[in-house]
Amino acid sequence: MELALAPETLARWQFGTTTVYHFLFVPLTISLAALTAGLQTAWVRTNKEKYLRATKFWGKLFLINIAMGVVTGIVQEFQFGMNWSDYSRFVGDIFGAPLAFEALIAFFFESTFIGLWIFGWDKLPKKIHLACIWLVSIGTVLSAYFILAANSWMQHPVGYRINKERGRAELTDFWHVLTQNTALAQFFHTLTAAFLVGGAFMVGIAAFHLARKKHIPVMRTSLRLGLITVVISGLLTAVSGDQLGKVMFKQQPMKMAAAEALWDGEDAAPFSIFAYGDVSKGHNSVEISIPGVLSFLADDDFHSYVPGINDINKAEQERFGPGDYRPNIPVAFWSFRWMIGFGMASFGLGILGLWLTRKKFMLPEAMRTGEDEVPNLVLFRNKALSPRLARCYWIVALWTLLFPLIANSWGWIFTEMGRQPWVVYGVLRTRDAVSPGVSQGEVLTSLIVFTALYAVLAVIEVRLLLKYIKAGPPELTDDDLNPPTRIGGDHEDADRPMAFSY
Amino acid sequence: MELHDVWFVLIAVLWTGYFFLEGFDFGIGVLTKLLARNRKERRVLINTIGPVWDGNEVWLLSAGGATFAAFPEWYATLFSGFYLPLLIILLCLIVRGVAFEYRAKRPEEKWQTNWENAIFWTSLIPAVLWGVAFGNIVRGVKIDADMEYVGNFWDLLNPYALLGGLVTFSLFTFHGAVFAGLKTVGDIRARARKLALKLGAVAAVVALAFLIWTQLDNGDGYSLIAMVIAAVALVGAIVMIAAGREGWSFALSGVTIAAAVAMLFLTLFPNVMPSSLNDAWSLTVTNASSSPYTLKIMTWCAGIATPVVLLYQGWTYWVFRKRIGTQHIADAH
Repeated sequence: MELALAPETLARWQFGTTTVYHFLFVPLTISLAALTAGLQTAWVRTNKEKYLRATKFWGKLFLINIAMGVVTGIVQEFQFGMNWSDYSRFVGDIFGAPLAFEALIAFFFESTFIGLWIFGWDKLPKKIHLACIWLVSIGTVLSAYFILAANSWMQHPVGYRINKERGRAELTDFWHVLTQNTALAQFFHTLTAAFLVGGAFMVGIAAFHLARKKHIPVMRTSLRLGLITVVISGLLTAVSGDQLGKVMFKQQPMKMAAAEALWDGEDAAPFSIFAYGDVSKGHNSVEISIPGVLSFLADDDFHSYVPGINDINKAEQERFGPGDYRPNIPVAFWSFRWMIGFGMASFGLGILGLWLTRKKFMLPEAMRTGEDEVPNLVLFRNKALSPRLARCYWIVALWTLLFPLIANSWGWIFTEMGRQPWVVYGVLRTRDAVSPGVSQGEVLTSLIVFTALYAVLAVIEVRLLLKYIKAGPPELTDDDLNPPTRIGGDHEDADRPMAFSY
Repeated sequence: MELHDVWFVLIAVLWTGYFFLEGFDFGIGVLTKLLARNRKERRVLINTIGPVWDGNEVWLLSAGGATFAAFPEWYATLFSGFYLPLLIILLCLIVRGVAFEYRAKRPEEKWQTNWENAIFWTSLIPAVLWGVAFGNIVRGVKIDADMEYVGNFWDLLNPYALLGGLVTFSLFTFHGAVFAGLKTVGDIRARARKLALKLGAVAAVVALAFLIWTQLDNGDGYSLIAMVIAAVALVGAIVMIAAGREGWSFALSGVTIAAAVAMLFLTLFPNVMPSSLNDAWSLTVTNASSSPYTLKIMTWCAGIATPVVLLYQGWTYWVFRKRIGTQHIADAH
């Protein structure tokens, strides 16, 4: 009981809770910003109404979501100091820099241009207004990059030296921190996974409307855009995941061995599909696996040697002194599987959807989809899905919108839990990183308050999203179609209500 | 001037930017109860800061990030030491951001009233707490030889710091009232100017008391100059708002805030967080700072990014320069 409420445990729970919660909004923000920007670009170029309606619809959902992403992000920056002050003292010289870069370069961008985009519909010329959402999108990507560079340094510290006199790590090569392969691989993987989230979100909501035969032109476009996003990003997520995995096998073998519940090193190591193990004895009692695949994942070779948990633990004991260097194995094992499983499931559904809704010319004239028709879901030439099966597909598509979110969350749980007991791998242990001066009561208070507030906000946010999802794309007004193209101030009709106001 | 001194100045600049900008939007939040008479007027006020409050808040994130990178020891001691007040500020900022974005998303009166109440309280509380925090930083807190804060929550609520809280609260509210005068038309503008006069008088009394106290405690010649500038600018801001020159008044209330922040940082230097237990245990620009290499990189980044940020944030204010009144707010929701 005492251990369960130790400040370290509580601080970890708080960090985990606030981070996973924050990261529900981040990938959706990154991808919806770009997708909305893409739709608005299509509108500016073609002047087609459906693109403008789509922009306004997805833009609104994006705004509801980014609001939560922004406010939960503030907590992240300050809790390093609050709960992890010894960590901050030890690595601030290195870790603080990308964080400061993020604020100065990315946050200012995002938050300033989002204001311009929201309120600028009737104040800015069309193209400048369009540029604003693209700048927001660039800001979100840059922000992800700096944060992932910081996080990658915790996974694989480079470009530093230990200053014994000051008892801290000091930066020696910032460029190396920003461009090391861990950072690039993590960035690529996180970014592609973010687009998987946004694509599935779009597909699910479009499916919901199409199943009810509502807002068809806008939702058809959205469905296709979403499906293409899911398939492309799904593919790239798998490729980048494989890349990241190979990097991890070299840099954090313990994490990957734990992900596979591979207790003892093997040549031609198997990929485990299911395992039930006994952590105290250090072996699995039940296991289903495919031989050789793990070796291939680690090394592109079906026969190469992969070290196991027990081997690595022993090696680390020799290197760092006595102790248990194993992370929580069941968590690592299952989070890795949930990440891959949910990610692949949404990717599979994307391919299926793209195939079912493939181009109109595959259909005979009689079956072609008109402008106001729900797309036929066509299995083969001349052979549409029966209404019941079609309905099943829409329902599955709707629920799949949550899959990549779940996959993303497990991905972070895996990558952070798999690094334990280290906070900076091989350099600083998590237990040495907590704030020594902060009491158990303080951490407990903040953990409870944050969790409660986040829970309330989740209910509010989901309800709002549902309301706007159900309402569908807005009808357009004359002002929307012919927005004034002047900046700010004086207008012939100076007392006209603002196009957007809180 | 060494790089850690440069960063001491830059962090002061970031806090100045934060208090200047978020100062008036905290003020606007408080004025939704003090100035607005009905829902529509509250909406006018909220919309004067609608496009900019989010960008204003990033000044805080930059100040926090820059402190982490340039003075890790300061960051660690400050945020773990001021744990509960910081927690309250964070909670306020979370609710406040959501309140702005979600208030108009549903038409129900109860929904909107709740968020308006939230905006009032979550603007008021941080406006007070930032002053309390800075009061404590300047006065010094119980820091031991390991740079750890060893006081408790109640130690932070001393008279000097509480007076500091009143200063930021009254000054921000005055600054916000002047901003409201500058950005609105019609009846609400006239009332904003009248209210600003009263708020200015209150702010002048508490701010002078606090600044003189600070000067007597830790001041030197430079801080005295900053204090005089702050005092003169504040009086000027009040005179200007009385004369109906809102733009000048706003610029001068901004100068007041900048000079007051400058004074606090001048009295602090070369400490960043003095120890009230033992002078030798104080955190200074040298013992709390990062390595020269990190500071150099950060200097490059700030040197390039800051002018760009100022440029596009300035442009935002230009785009939304038009005054708004109740006629610009549609009747729906």
